[in-house]
Amino acid sequence: MSNPILTVSALTVVFPDNNGGLRALDDISFEVCPQEFICVLGPSGSGKTTLLRVLAGLLPPSVGEVNFGDHQQPRIGMAFQQSNLMPWRTVLENVKLPLELAGAADAESRARELIDLVGLSGFEDNWPRDLSGGMAQRAALARALIHDPDLLLLDEPFGSLDALTRERMWSELSRIWQVRQKTVVMVTHSINESLFLADRVLVLSARPGRVKLDLKVDLPRPRNEDIRYTPHFGKLARKLKAAIE
Amino acid sequence: MSLRGGLRRTAPKSQRGNLQSGAFLFFQKIASGAWCPRNDIRDDMTKPSLTKRIRSLRPWLGFGSLLAGLLLWQLAARMGGLPAFILPAPADVWSRFLRAAADGSLFVHMGVTLAEILVGLLAGVAMATILGYLVAKSRLLENLLAPYLVASQAVPLVAIAPLLVIWFGPGMFSKILICALIVFFPVLVNTVVGVRAVPPALYDLMGSLRATRTQVLLQLEVPAALPIFLGGLRIGATLSVIGAVVGEFVGADQGLGFLINVGRGQYDTALVFVAIFALVVMALSLYGVVAWFEKRLLIWQETSQIH
Repeated sequence: MSNPILTVSALTVVFPDNNGGLRALDDISFEVCPQEFICVLGPSGSGKTTLLRVLAGLLPPSVGEVNFGDHQQPRIGMAFQQSNLMPWRTVLENVKLPLELAGAADAESRARELIDLVGLSGFEDNWPRDLSGGMAQRAALARALIHDPDLLLLDEPFGSLDALTRERMWSELSRIWQVRQKTVVMVTHSINESLFLADRVLVLSARPGRVKLDLKVDLPRPRNEDIRYTPHFGKLARKLKAAIE
Repeated sequence: MSLRGGLRRTAPKSQRGNLQSGAFLFFQKIASGAWCPRNDIRDDMTKPSLTKRIRSLRPWLGFGSLLAGLLLWQLAARMGGLPAFILPAPADVWSRFLRAAADGSLFVHMGVTLAEILVGLLAGVAMATILGYLVAKSRLLENLLAPYLVASQAVPLVAIAPLLVIWFGPGMFSKILICALIVFFPVLVNTVVGVRAVPPALYDLMGSLRATRTQVLLQLEVPAALPIFLGGLRIGATLSVIGAVVGEFVGADQGLGFLINVGRGQYDTALVFVAIFALVVMALSLYGVVAWFEKRLLIWQETSQIH
């Protein structure tokens, strides 16, 4: 196996409160290999989002550390439960944002290329208010990918979508992931979603979050709808379900 | 009452939903003649030809009602038996306007008042924006300044205008100061509310992209705060006209407020009307400029609420 791109060791996050601090994450350690797709699964309040915020560099760890191999300052692409598009920018301008901030020259053409990849061609000049939930999430995904990030962090990106759109987005995401070859850490509370997408699933326990199970998902790719009805899928799902409860 | 409490109470929930937007929409509706569209739809089904005819006339209705008002005024002045120094007829006002325009004095006074308004507005907005941003960002600064800001709101500016004229003389500076002070508070409040309304998730986004402080300011905070800020500017623009006139009433030798005083002193009531109309034109133009900017800058917002 290749060298890990991301090493999390003994990570603990404590939020200060009046009662000696709220322990959100407790002694979490894991490694992520390049181009691996990891899902972090757990009940609400298990610190999944906190973990993602630490990985994104938005929150310093209280104890322990996060190392990014030889990348000192990894490029991060992030997508959230809400699309978080800037309403005053068109789709194209939203997708361009990361390149603009980095001062890249060919922002326009790369943005058009990615908008095409996520299937939003023709909507470049629309305002976010004109997009459906699924379309907005596609745009957010394009924005998260455009600056060729070392690490893609997804925080329940399909949580606010309806079931049909969500399943369509799963296929889209795994297709894009195979084209772009990104390392992904995705937070979710859906067992199906994690088994459909991930190479590995980390199950966090309820607060404080600890790694309860590190499950390798050895389902063949590309995965489609039918894989959910295979006995192996069922076996893995039961394992995850047992770990969550 | 803490400043924050005060801000919360005025804080709009929606981005456009500040205090003045209702009035703004009202103006827009009147201007476009689109009053009460729902009833029209119902009318459409029963007697379409009549409604259609009324609708085609609609842009002229405002004009018509203005004309009728002028006519009524003319009649009241002529038939009412009131002397011209109580109620001059529109025709008298018009000829007084021509006289004041011909000798150029009207435009000199207009220019002075306009200069006071524009400089005062600019200075007030600049100070309020900078301070508002800092207050929005720093609870410490907010707590330090809150008593002054609340107190400054409790003091009626009209009451301290004489003091400012005593201190800074009857020239333009004291009027500029009054304008700036009267503009200051609404712009400050809306700047604070606007900056605080920036969605936290977008800060996370900018943080994950390692945006610099300047980039966060220019690419996130300024555009996100703009709708609420412009609402404050709209209020400020209207108030600045009041500020200049109040200052000129108290003590001045130029300006439209001074002209009103002169007209009153000489029983030249027609001149008072000329000055009032000049002020109305200036206030409406200023309002129109801000509204135009709003329309251009906020093109991304939903427009459906207006129609």
